Amino acid sequence: MIVANGKPLEEIIGVVKGHRKILVAGCNECVTVCEVGGTKEVGILASALRLHFLNQGVEAQVGETTLQRQCDREYVVGARVTVEPYEIVVSVACGVGCQFMAEEYNKVPVVPGVDTSFMGGALERGVWSERCQGCGTCLLAKTAGICPVSRCAKRVLNGPCGGSTKGKCEISKDVDCAWQLIVDRLSSLGRMEDYEVLTPIKDWSTDRAGGPRMRIKEEVAS
Amino acid sequence: MRLNYPVHVRIIRVPCTGKVDILHILRAFEKGADGVYLVGCMEGSCFYEQGNFKARKRVEYAQRLLEQVGTGGERVQMFNLTSGEAPKFAQFAREMTERIKTLGPNPAKLAGAASKGPAAGQAAERGAA
Repeated sequence: MIVANGKPLEEIIGVVKGHRKILVAGCNECVTVCEVGGTKEVGILASALRLHFLNQGVEAQVGETTLQRQCDREYVVGARVTVEPYEIVVSVACGVGCQFMAEEYNKVPVVPGVDTSFMGGALERGVWSERCQGCGTCLLAKTAGICPVSRCAKRVLNGPCGGSTKGKCEISKDVDCAWQLIVDRLSSLGRMEDYEVLTPIKDWSTDRAGGPRMRIKEEVAS
Repeated sequence: MRLNYPVHVRIIRVPCTGKVDILHILRAFEKGADGVYLVGCMEGSCFYEQGNFKARKRVEYAQRLLEQVGTGGERVQMFNLTSGEAPKFAQFAREMTERIKTLGPNPAKLAGAASKGPAAGQAAERGAA
């Protein structure tokens, strides 16, 4: 899923303070699972904003809505009746959802309520960890299912580097060395001979280096 | 025991403090409550194991949010006692009432009254006292 962090409340208040009709818009997908932009978090942010305005003695309307997906035009368009009466929308979806909303509603400013961070998974409730950077050419088959692009600080493709100590990365004692994990897993799989095969220079044109990316599935695209 | 405690306290019964959501706390302030406190079982004695710990975390989260929006984090508090400690329950009610009296009414009520004119503002002050 896409993992995001809630923006500081002061920052959101700073952006919306001049408006009197504010809509907090959540998304039922990734940001709901990572507990930053679902119906619950929309309610908390909207309530906090209402309290802020009440404390200022300002009459403001703070509405709440949660779309099924903000990254899907079908749902974004469907929210028109809800969105258009408002002066500003605070989107607590990921950066994709926020942009889709902004692209659809030309006359209503759409601002982010979260900082979109990474693609990852939940290690436990409330703890998420990065697992993928969407480099466009997956190496996992060669690296025993552990990604050196997203989990190695240097993105080293033939590791480990000299900064690996006792299975930890030099950037932090809390960060596992991806290459230690890869070696351990290759070893347990009985595939250590794969470790001897050098990975050639990666084609980064499929990553962001190639500019904004697009995918078209011919079978279904009209 | 027939213990007395301040009449300003309105009790809402829940099966466990773990049932109390951050939204319950925030909406209480939106509706004009001057303070909210949770009274749960002693830590480590929760029938549901984690309920009062979850409640404490939510209270701490509410405190941070209320501080940021100008309501004041000290208007929310978590207390713990055992079911046999009725005098403590009354003591917590007195403690919290005293604290709220010192802090004054919910700033939202004052601000709302002030925006409607000075007479309304004074009435709100009197109502909170």
